[in-house]
Parts: sequence; C-alpha cells; structure tokens
Amino acid sequence: MSGLRKYHAAVWDEPLVMELGATGRRGIVFPETEQAIVDAVGDAIELVPESVRRSGPANLPELSEPDVLRHYLHLSQETLGMMGISLFGTCTMKYNARVTESLVRLPHVAETHPAQDVQTQQGTLEIIYGLDRMLCELSGMDQFVFQPGGGADAAFLHATLTRAYHHARGELSQRREIITTAQAHPCNSATASAAGFDVITLPMEEKGYASVEALRSVVSERTAALMVNNPDDMGIYNPDIKEWVDIVHAAGGLCFYDHANFNGVMGRIRAAELGFDACMFMLHKTFGAPKAGGGPAVGAYGCREHLAEFLTTPVVDKDDEGYTVKVNRSAGTTQVREYMGNIPVVVKAYSWLRAMGADGVKEAADLSMLANNYMERRLLQIPGVTKALPHLEQHRMEMTRYSLADLTEETGVTTLDVQNRMVDFGVDAYWLAHEPWLIPEPFTPEAGEMWSIEDLDYWVDVIAQICEEARTTPELVTTAPHNQAIHRLDGSGLDDPGRWATTWRAYQRKNPDASAGTAG
Amino acid sequence: MTDVVSRAHPYMANSTDEARKHMLNAIGIQDVDELFEQIPPGHRTGHRFDLPDALTSEVSLKRHLTGVLGKNENCESYLSFLGGGIWQHHVPAICDEVWARSEFLTSVWGTAASDLGRNQAWFEYASQLGELIGMEFVGLPVYSWGAAVGHSFRMAARITGRRQVVLSSLMDPEREAVAKTYCGFAEQEGHIELIHVDHDPATGRLDLADLERKITDETAAVYFENPSYLGIIEDQGSRIAAMARNKGAETIVGVDPISLGVIAPPSDYGADITIGTTQPLGVHMNGGGGVGGFIATRDEERYAREYPTLQVSLADTIVPGERGFGMTLFGQSSYGSREDGNDWTGNSVYLWAIANAVYMSVMGPAGFEEVGKSILQRSRYAARQISSLPGVSVRWGAGFFKEFVVDFNATGRTVAEMNAALRDKQVFGGGDLSQDFPSFGQAALYCVTEIHTLDDIDYLVDSIGEVLAR
Ligand SMILES: Cc1ncc(COP(=O)(O)O)c(C=O)c1O
Repeated sequence: MSGLRKYHAAVWDEPLVMELGATGRRGIVFPETEQAIVDAVGDAIELVPESVRRSGPANLPELSEPDVLRHYLHLSQETLGMMGISLFGTCTMKYNARVTESLVRLPHVAETHPAQDVQTQQGTLEIIYGLDRMLCELSGMDQFVFQPGGGADAAFLHATLTRAYHHARGELSQRREIITTAQAHPCNSATASAAGFDVITLPMEEKGYASVEALRSVVSERTAALMVNNPDDMGIYNPDIKEWVDIVHAAGGLCFYDHANFNGVMGRIRAAELGFDACMFMLHKTFGAPKAGGGPAVGAYGCREHLAEFLTTPVVDKDDEGYTVKVNRSAGTTQVREYMGNIPVVVKAYSWLRAMGADGVKEAADLSMLANNYMERRLLQIPGVTKALPHLEQHRMEMTRYSLADLTEETGVTTLDVQNRMVDFGVDAYWLAHEPWLIPEPFTPEAGEMWSIEDLDYWVDVIAQICEEARTTPELVTTAPHNQAIHRLDGSGLDDPGRWATTWRAYQRKNPDASAGTAG
Repeated sequence: MTDVVSRAHPYMANSTDEARKHMLNAIGIQDVDELFEQIPPGHRTGHRFDLPDALTSEVSLKRHLTGVLGKNENCESYLSFLGGGIWQHHVPAICDEVWARSEFLTSVWGTAASDLGRNQAWFEYASQLGELIGMEFVGLPVYSWGAAVGHSFRMAARITGRRQVVLSSLMDPEREAVAKTYCGFAEQEGHIELIHVDHDPATGRLDLADLERKITDETAAVYFENPSYLGIIEDQGSRIAAMARNKGAETIVGVDPISLGVIAPPSDYGADITIGTTQPLGVHMNGGGGVGGFIATRDEERYAREYPTLQVSLADTIVPGERGFGMTLFGQSSYGSREDGNDWTGNSVYLWAIANAVYMSVMGPAGFEEVGKSILQRSRYAARQISSLPGVSVRWGAGFFKEFVVDFNATGRTVAEMNAALRDKQVFGGGDLSQDFPSFGQAALYCVTEIHTLDDIDYLVDSIGEVLAR
C-alpha cells in the first residue's frame, strides 16, 4: 500500500530531568520577604520546631526556566496522543474544543476556591446545574452529581450508595452480593468488592451476553445490586436488559447502568426508561473533555429520586436568590472525593452539550454508528481479521471487537505486535480488550464521530498493510516499532523487585554502576 | 440542490450528506436506523429531548460561556485567605504551558514507544516527589488526598491483617468523610474502624498519652498529618512512629509537599507510608477540581504489592542501552485482576502529574526552601497582626505552617458575619470552622501563602479591624 505516510516520531534522546542542570541554577525565584515582616517574626527557619526542620536540601534538579520548558516540550513531542489518528476503543476519542480549554484556564475557573461564598460562585453553579438538567434529560434520572473523579469512582459511588441504602433498611448484613458480567468494565466488580460486597460475575454465553436464566440462578435475597454496561465493548446490546432490571428489582436489589458506552445510543434510549435506578456518564469521554493521559476526569453519577437522599456529595439547586449548594454529610457514607468535582471538566462537558444541542447529539450517535459499521465492512475484508462472535449477524453498535487469531496462527504475529507496528504509521495504538480476554488476540477500535472517512480509511489501510507485512516480512512487525522515539520495551524486569524502579533514586540504588543509558 | 453553504458541525468531519451517503452505501443500508436493529423497539425512547438550542458557532458559544463564568468572583478579583485542603499558590506559567500541550492533553494510553515522553514525565513526577518526601516507591496519583488516605488505610489493613486505624480528631471533616467511605460499615466483614486520638489543647499536637491508650494489637496504622489540617507542625513524629512500631502497626503520614523545603520529610521520622496532596505543586484550585493525591513508601515488596495504583518504572528496550518506561505490578491492579486486585484504579489526575513534574523541576531545592520560608514568615506575620486586634486571638500562635486558627469568640461576631462584611471589602476571609468544630465556637482557618504581600496582609488586618469597629 503506497498511500501510507512516511512518518517518523520526534527523537530527542532526552535525558531525565534529574540528569540535567547545574548547581545554583534557578527556574523560579520568589519575592524577598519584606523587611517589616522579617523584623516582626525573625528568621524563617526558627519558626519550625527544631526536631522537624529539613536537614539538607532536597536532591532535585537545578535548571533555568527555559531549560525546564524545552525539556518538557521535547517530551511532549515524543508523545503521539491524538496528533495522528486515535481510535482507542472504549474511550470514545473525540474533539476537545479548544475554546473551552482556553476558557477554563482563566481565573474565573482556575482561581476559584470551593469554600468561596456561594454568591461568588454563581457562574460555576449555573454550569453544574445546567449540566445536571441536560444529563437528566438524556437519561431520565432525577439528580446528577459530579464529585466522582472518573468512571470507576462513579461505580464506587454506586457501590457505596448501595451499601448506604441497604444499611438504612437494615438489610446490609444480608445483601452481600453484587452481580456483574464478564463483559462489564473491571471497575464495576473491583469497586463492588472495595465497598465490601461479594462479586458474582455472569459468564458470556453464545448470544454474546449472559442469559436471563443465568441471572435468575444467582439473584436472591442476598442480592444488593446489579452493575452492568450495555452495549458491551464488543458492540453487543443485551436485549434482555429490561427483564434483568425487573428480576433484580423484584429481589430487592438496585440496578446501576455503567453508561460509559453511551456514544452510539445517545438520544435513542434512556436509562431510567429501561428501569435503572442509577447510571454513570463519562464526561472525559462521551462529553468531549480530553483524556489527558488518564484524567482529570469526571464520572457523572445520576440517580432516581428514591436514591438521592443517600448522596453525601454536594448537590446544586436553584431558588429565587440564585443557585444554592446542599451538603448532606449525614446521609450515609457515600462521599468519594473532596468537593464538587473537577469543575473544568464539568465546564467542558457543559460546553460540548451546548455546542451540540439535541440534534447534534443524535447526529454524533448516528455518525459513530455509521463509522464503526463502515470500518467493519472494510476490516473484515482483510485476511486474518475476524469479528468476535462472528455468528452474530446483526450490526454492531459504536464498537466492534475483532480477533487476529487467524493471523497469529498463520504468521505468529500477535495483536500486540500489530499494536506496536501501527504507531510506525503515526496511528495511535489500538485498544485490545480488558482482562480476561474473552476471545484470542483481540483488538477494539472505536470510530466515534470526529474522524473523517479519509482518517478511517487510512486506519484500515494501516491494519491491512501490517497484516500483509505479517505474511511477507513478519520480523518487521515482531520487532516494531521502527519509526518511534525508542524501540520496543523489554518488560521482563517490570515485576521483578530487584529491577523495577518507580523513581530515579530506586534505579540508582539497584544499578550502582549502570552507566546511565539515555532515552532514545 | 439544497443549501449552497453547508452547515456541517465543526466538530464532526462526516457531518455532511455526502459522507453519510458514502457510508450508508458502503454498509449497504438505506437508513441509519437499520444499524440500531439490536435494540428492541420497546427499549427505544419516544422522548422529545428538550435541550437548550445548540450554540454550534464558537462565536456564540464563547459569548455564552464567558457570560456565565463571568458571574464568578475568584481569588484574583478578591484577596483570598481560604485554604483548608486546597490552596492558592503561585502556579508558574510554564506548568500550564506544558500540560496544555495537545500531545499531553489528548494522549490516552498508547505504547511505551509512542507515548514515551508522557511516560517519562510521569516517571519524573514520581522521582522528584520521591526526593522531596524521601521515598523510593511512588505510585501514579490518585483522585485526591482523601482518596490517598482511604487507600493507605486499606493497604495497612491488608499488610497487617488488622482492622483499626488510629487518627487525629482534628482532621479535615471533608477528607475524613472520604476516608470513611473507603472503610465501610460496621456490619461488613472488611470494615475498618477509625479511632480518634485527642489533641493537646495547648499546642494542637497529638496527645501522646491518649495515643498510647488507643494503639493496641488491633491497630493496623496510626495516621497523622504534618502540617495538620489546622496548620500545626507535628514535631512528635519519631515518638508516634516508635509507638506504632512497638505494636506492629504502620505509620502513615499525610503531608502538604510544599512544606518540605523547610520541614523534614516523613521518612526522617519513621513514616512507613507517606501520602498527601499534589495540588500545591503547580495545579490551580479549579474550584476544588485541582485536587490530586499521592501514595509513596519504601521500595519493599511488603508495600509495593499492596498498591492499588498504576506505577511507571524505568525499563530497558530491546536495544541495549536504550531506556523506556513501563507499568510495574499491573497485574495486581483492578485492570489486571478485577475484584481480586487491590481496591481499584481508573482515570485519575495523570495530567496534573505532568504539571507537578514541571513544578518540581522549576522549583529545585532552592525554590522549595525559599517558598517554605516565605510562607512561614508571611503566615506568622499575619497571625501576629490579626491577634493584635481587640477581641481577636490566634488559637495556636506558634509552630504552624501556612494556616492558623483565628478565634473571634470574644468579639461577639460570628465568622459568617465577619466574612460577609469582609466580602464588601473584596476579601475572602478564612474558612468557617464553627460548623465542623463546634467546640471552637466562632473560629476561622486563615491561609497565607507566598502570594500574599505585606500590603495584602496589612489590608486584611485593617479590614478586620474596621469591621469590628462598626
Ligand atoms: C465501560 C466502562 N466503564 C467504566 C470505565 C472506567 O472509567 P475511568 O477510567 O474513568 O475510571 C471505562 C473506561 O474506559 C469503561 O469503558
């Protein structure tokens, strides 16, 4: 395929910042303390009790300001991010409007303190209230809060709210089980467990989801809650979900909809109409806030009226005077983080919804469904690429999971090899699948609504090219990448206590005579 | 032929009739609705979505957002003395310049090679923080200080097999509420019980006699903060850690890292697990959204294997002498082991870790020392001047860092009244403690940092004086 770009990543061979600088250099200096202050209080260090004074300077690098800037600019250039094409599945890569990025950096967001009097936070509160109303409209829930610092934190909020709910009814000792599925994101089972519940995981069945019978067989008076996402990461929608909710409700459990995979169904279904008590939206995903390499993020948590009393997080309301904040610390132990949430992320999500409107949201959902199915057509024409659960013929939702098992069997090239090779074309690595893999050699692209047909075609062309290489020059793939800042990682020491090093001082201790290598 | 000028949405390249047709044709369907065939008709909503009209044009969107956000006051338009868990420090401009770079902003996961720069920045975050706090093993950040407290209690419980944590009674109620959420209810098997230790009323420090009574063979950990929520520098760390060690308990210390240019790192006085906040290291308050937390320990398996976080490690590549970075102990995270992993992890505040790395690099050892001294002197000066006002006193007038408790009881005024009157003078007075610490009566937590000048402090003191004189 000759149409592919001749890409090469920036190679800066950049040392660690701890290896840079020279004694005495400064990246910032602070104003000298005014004489009147010094006269009044004396020497600064005398103000610290002697036994806890720092005994010597911290071993930090000493650099001028421009040297620090250039170092980190080099590192930014050695980061691919969305400079190329990123169809990272389950994360709904979409445009992060730079107008909002610039607005949240101004003091009216950046330099606000959460304890300011509410009259001086009316702008922030109006945004929170407005976003709450819009998300309630989209989901049918009655109340949203933005305190959770990510999707997993929202799942944790649900697990703790489940705990508070059953505690209040005197049933917590009895209701010890939370049910989830093998296709649910690991955060559901992990947060359920962290909140003190036993986890029951329903296995995937032939139709791509667990059967109603399987669910019935585990639901009982011990059931505290169901926590699931739908569609799953394979693009399969569980058509029995309403029945599931009824079954769990009949047994006295709560139902939580992990709505992280909302992009394809926006404007088509509403969590409350399906019967769910609560749901979670990822503002750093579906609602246009950036990934940022892993947050700052917000898992917006919405619930129906009957659960709202268990929220410990601040809730924004409105009266004749303006916007108000209610804090209800006595409600139960459901506070998952300090304050009201990542306000800049909330502003970005609000802004995204305002820029889209009801029609735009629906259009985005349609385009993401079209794009995924368009790609699927082309991807399945590539020899070696198959679809997870190929016997399921209905169109997949906004994502499709594929398998490279055939390619691996034929050539020995694995999905990890392909992932490492695609970055040689300026294309961000694809998502494989959560552990445990339910199908061999998986990969999961998610097209979303932002990328053009040309981008989608290029992405597919890259996969086709690599599959071709797997047959003709497999070592090119198994030793990839070749056009990146460094070569493939040798991860053999990562879990070895004698070799891992999460800090430079640990590395230096473990490698006393390692002549410091360099990155790149 | 319809409109000549397309109104395609600027965020969506395929928002044109032509693109839609192209995709429909390729898929072999007539109508996009056919793609939703998996969703049973009974699941589809008939709801007419009532969202505000779209502001598709950036011109209108910006106007709208600026208008709404303009209703906020902020700590630059007002002179602020609010702190208590999130503080107004100077954020060097290059911190914002770096994290806002599109490469960092938009990265998602990547590979060790293609997102090398981001991974290196994370490693530099952990390495520099490790130098500041004196620890060799540092995880990637968690959501907040409160989250770090919660995780560290759970780590200690797993390490010791015990289920009680002894902690100060003067903790931030907000932070403690988060920690409690991580500890569960009494009727649950894995519940962690929190046991409070009194403080010495004269100094605000831990009451060691009470601590002695409360540490038992059931104690998983002793937790204290330095400086404490109310600003007190705890100078009994070595004795506290020794008492904990005697009973086989872990010592967990929470720190504000900006104090560590002048105050000894917890490793010096025996901390096993050091946690704290990352916000003071180059992150704006963001209305409370600037919070972030860290967890760090010695590099020992006893601790390393109980981390809930991801952590980035220096590693080799397949080319000899070349360096890269990879995730260590991934398998014990919830990504690797679902409910069998340690607690859970997910998107956190990793972009702020980059801002933190930049901050520590510009600061260097001298920057931390200078900022620490500046805060010590300025806050002490403010406390001294405020306590010279009639009826006003400072509860613990010495041995504090950055924050101190101002006692208004003798003035007959409430903190709410004081702060309302100060707002008329464009001042945000200290945080009101009267609800959370009723035994203090009318008291406020004032915060003074390196950004406050002599004139700022004198203006505050004059303003309080004028309000009281009314
Ligand atoms: C379906 C689903 N649920 C939950 C999450 C967890 O979100 P976070 O990483 O923000 O904690 C994700 C992450 O992408 C997800 O895809």
